[in-house]
Amino acid sequence: MPDPRDVRVPIGPQHPALKEPESFLITLRGEKITSVNIRMGYNHRGIEKACEERTYIQDLYLIERVCGICSHAHSTCFVQAVEEIAGLEIPARAKYIRTLIAELERVHSHLLWLGVAGHEIGFDTLLMYTWRDREVVMDLLASITGNRVNYGINTIGGVRRDLDASQIEETLKAMDILEERTKYYVGIAQEEITLKKRLSGVGKLSYEDALRFGAVGPTGRASGVARDVRRDDPYAAYAEINFNVITDNHCDVYGRTVVRLKELLEAFSIIRQLLKKFPDGPIVVKAPRKIPAGETVSRYEAPRGEDLHYVRANGTEKPERVKVRAPTLANVQAVSHMLEDGYLADMPIVVAAIDPCFSCTDRMSLVSNLDNHRTDVLPWEVLRRRGIEHYKKQGVDFSVLNKKLANVLGK
Amino acid sequence: MGKLTHIVNWARIKSPWVLHFNTGACNACDIEIIAALTPRYDLERFGVQLKGTPRHADILLCSGPVTRQVECRLKMIYEQMPEPKFVVAVGTCACSGGVFDGCYNVKSGINAAIPVSAYIPGCPASPKAIIDGVVKLLQSLEAEEEKKEK
Repeated sequence: MPDPRDVRVPIGPQHPALKEPESFLITLRGEKITSVNIRMGYNHRGIEKACEERTYIQDLYLIERVCGICSHAHSTCFVQAVEEIAGLEIPARAKYIRTLIAELERVHSHLLWLGVAGHEIGFDTLLMYTWRDREVVMDLLASITGNRVNYGINTIGGVRRDLDASQIEETLKAMDILEERTKYYVGIAQEEITLKKRLSGVGKLSYEDALRFGAVGPTGRASGVARDVRRDDPYAAYAEINFNVITDNHCDVYGRTVVRLKELLEAFSIIRQLLKKFPDGPIVVKAPRKIPAGETVSRYEAPRGEDLHYVRANGTEKPERVKVRAPTLANVQAVSHMLEDGYLADMPIVVAAIDPCFSCTDRMSLVSNLDNHRTDVLPWEVLRRRGIEHYKKQGVDFSVLNKKLANVLGK
Repeated sequence: MGKLTHIVNWARIKSPWVLHFNTGACNACDIEIIAALTPRYDLERFGVQLKGTPRHADILLCSGPVTRQVECRLKMIYEQMPEPKFVVAVGTCACSGGVFDGCYNVKSGINAAIPVSAYIPGCPASPKAIIDGVVKLLQSLEAEEEKKEK
């Protein structure tokens, strides 16, 4: 029986604070949020199923369009899995080019986030500044890959385009400009009192909760969880590069801002190291059209956190199964926890702070009423319960794992 | 009467307010729409402003193929917009379904759900293409206005 003092506010799927169609049903008491129900699935297109009907090369371009902001993340993650099954060793130069694009993408994504975060707290000047500076990296991506977004640089067995000396020089020059600008933003984050006060203490996520909800990427690292696939399970050229995993102990939106700004500076240093060591040689090896049977999981540190692709091949030119677990799915569970006990006015920035990407996340929709073919949205709780029951039937009991985690945290 | 309509139409063409709705896009077109509104491309110099509600909007910028779940919401948003209203399909997916054409949860293209006035192809449509498309739409409205006056 709901309390008569509670007010339920639906936000979305179309709402000025949201950039993508998703919906939040928020229960309020006064100005305080008591509970949040996240409803997703508006962006579900059916990519995983479509992958099974297309060849590996076609899938590569389809997978790239899982998300336009971290498109290189998805395509690299997928292509790594396919190469592993096929037993292909890609040339060193291709690895470096992939890593270079990955870091340029991180720069563009983090600058984009900074602008969006500025917009959500009413600091539109920051939006205009960062998006102006972001064009520098967009020009670079356009010059290296041929497209501003959805680069299409990967192919099975390597990359499709090479860099020449003038592009390397151009990239180094751009890094100097961007580093100067980023230092200016770091200055703003450290000194601008309004920004600090607006973001501090908002959207709290403690270290324990970050572990419990399995937060990944900058969201987890801002709560002190030092996890980074680039260091823990190096792929592409990361094993040959020195960099720090940035963590922060603020555990709030301010911490997430600091982590992303520092990661920008790290990305500039990674790009400089890459360009210094750039190996010569071919950029692609010949890949078979039919991939031998096998299955694998591939991991990738996208700008938003760990991206995970599962691919199963059956010896034909089409995959048997492709599964995408985008970083936002891992983080979105923490969001409802962050929102609870906060103010309604903080909702846009708290949601924006995980840098959500719902087009990455929406992997299913449910047709509950077969008569009129209406698709329905499943509330998060129902979905969670279904998942737990499904795995219990298969003999996997997560409550045991949760208890183990609680014990570890207790110590 | 004639003069007043003239002024109203002039105001409409000089300050088209847009609403952006993602109908299942991959975000690529969406970030390019925002890029078109920020300093490098500055769509605002044509009087274009991004608005938060369909009630304030003259033009609906749609990106992405229409997913089944979003379809009825898109129609609802379209119905809420005041007349005269125009829809611009941004990106190949919005024009025809693009790479997602044939996916089980996707209706191909915006015109499967609501009438479209302008199509801007591209994957994603670059900010330059978006500006070009919006300006062409405004020009066509202006030409139509002049025709009516004659």
